[in-house]
Amino acid sequence: MLKQIEGSRAMAEGIAFCRPEVVCAYPITPQTHIVEGLGEMVRTGELKNCEFINVESEFAALSVAIGASAAGARAYTATASQGLLFMAEAVYNASGLGLPIVMTLGNRAIGAPINIWNDHSDAMSMRDAGWMQLFAETNQEAVDLHIQAFRLAEELSMPVMVCVDGFILTHAVERIDIPDQADVDAFLPAYEPVQVLDPEQPISIGAMVGPDAFTEVRFLQNFKQNLALRLLPEFAAEFKARFGRESGGLLRTYRADDAELLVVAMGSVNGTIKDTVDEMRADGLRIGLVTLVSFRPFPTQALRQALVGAKHVVVIEKSIAIGMGGQLANNVDLALRNTAGAPQVHSVVAGLGGRPITRPSLHKLLRRALVQPWEGVHFLDLNEAIVAKELHHVRKVRRSGPTAENILRYLSAGAQQAAE
Amino acid sequence: MFQVRIHGRGGQGVVTAAELLSVAAFLEGKHAQAFPSFGSERTGAPVVSFCRIDDKEIRLREPILEPDGLIVQDPTLFKAMDVFEGLRPDGYLLVNTNKGFDELHLAEVVAKLRNGHARALPATELALKHIGRPVPNVALLGAFAALTGVVHLHSVITAIRQAFSGKLGEANVAAATAAHAAIAGAAAAA
Repeated sequence: MLKQIEGSRAMAEGIAFCRPEVVCAYPITPQTHIVEGLGEMVRTGELKNCEFINVESEFAALSVAIGASAAGARAYTATASQGLLFMAEAVYNASGLGLPIVMTLGNRAIGAPINIWNDHSDAMSMRDAGWMQLFAETNQEAVDLHIQAFRLAEELSMPVMVCVDGFILTHAVERIDIPDQADVDAFLPAYEPVQVLDPEQPISIGAMVGPDAFTEVRFLQNFKQNLALRLLPEFAAEFKARFGRESGGLLRTYRADDAELLVVAMGSVNGTIKDTVDEMRADGLRIGLVTLVSFRPFPTQALRQALVGAKHVVVIEKSIAIGMGGQLANNVDLALRNTAGAPQVHSVVAGLGGRPITRPSLHKLLRRALVQPWEGVHFLDLNEAIVAKELHHVRKVRRSGPTAENILRYLSAGAQQAAE
Repeated sequence: MFQVRIHGRGGQGVVTAAELLSVAAFLEGKHAQAFPSFGSERTGAPVVSFCRIDDKEIRLREPILEPDGLIVQDPTLFKAMDVFEGLRPDGYLLVNTNKGFDELHLAEVVAKLRNGHARALPATELALKHIGRPVPNVALLGAFAALTGVVHLHSVITAIRQAFSGKLGEANVAAATAAHAAIAGAAAAA
């Protein structure tokens, strides 16, 4: 049914149709309205056979989900930003134990400096923690990915993070097709765990494993993610057959066929990039887009196939591995490793801490990539004057003070000058 | 695509206004995308919300830089920021005020717009009269429907009733209807 609805609320309704049996959450910033919506549905009885557990921290939220999942319940939680960091140890435990928990990450920046806005730093901080990570381009896809995530998680007994841009998607109200319970039931069978803590048939989960077995456990985790590379497109195709729309899979291409320049990006910025691609195509520029849905597992082969043939690849990502560059750009580089005639990869860090990524900036950036491509990392819309000012200040004064506060002071002085 | 930016202060229902406008457009079969300017919400702090309306899917996720319609819920914002930034020359302006544009020193801005595209409405007074609270957002939506024709009043009314039930809903409907009549009536007279 079509609804004009907030993204978070729509996700809550979609997740409820997945019949979670335990939802645990720590309802404090950073959080989304998703668990609020689910809590409400449990209270009113709209979501039956589900226990909503209000825990004392994010660490507890995921730990309770781990316990619930090990006891055979379909378990769900949500977090973002510092919340994910606080549950970090449990994040590794959930995947190491092979528990099919689904967690929404309403992507936000990580402090310091304190920043509540959107970027992908939180997801990137846990990119190697053994969870599958799927990025939603729209709120429709966010709803759909949760349904596919439970299926995928339970098929492989491995947790899935559904990454949804905080605020930009979670707080946007738009037209979303909310699926029927019957269709979700048909797509997502009842949870049949591969391991259960059952007093009738006692087992232990989480034994200490020495050098003689640890590598094999990790190998099998990696093996399962490789299986997911096959399952993701299968489930997306099955989803399309039932629900009638494209959601999920490994990646999607847009006007990529004869493209000289291909952009690679994840999440909601793909919409803005598509509009930019259309405008640049109208100007006769051969440009296209590859939208990456699955970041873990990383679809190396599919990505290589999509990119080979282009001259330039511009990777636009909302995160940075400080001292290294963009994580996604580095992974894209890997996909092209040892490929004859591989395109040049140009890395762009954009949208950090909620800075809007606009069409005018993208136009400038992508035109530059065609005529004057750059090496290293380009920071989109970097305020170079402010950076120069701070660098100068730091060179001149030993006790130069905190960077963030200095920059805020320069900005406010600049604004005052402009006003005068 | 028709893009609307709403400026106000925390507590004035700025975000709700964009959401209601998007629901009204949705009810007419259109695609609409409403979203707030993201920040730490505090009563009294400047708040911006956005609403895009189109006949096809809306993919754009940038803030609205060049609005076709601008609603200013609080006239004290003119001193704090340039709320008119990017307003298109063929755009619409609706200001909540019981003063005239001259008195607000807005004559220059209004002169740049097409005749009849800029209107002032004492929305807070209408809200106090009909709702009993100084929340101007819904009255302004009724007026905006009359000013721009981008949505029908009855869609706005349905959206209001979906969001607010019972007496509160009807009070808001009354405020929106009165505001619509004030703008539509004045336009007819002119």
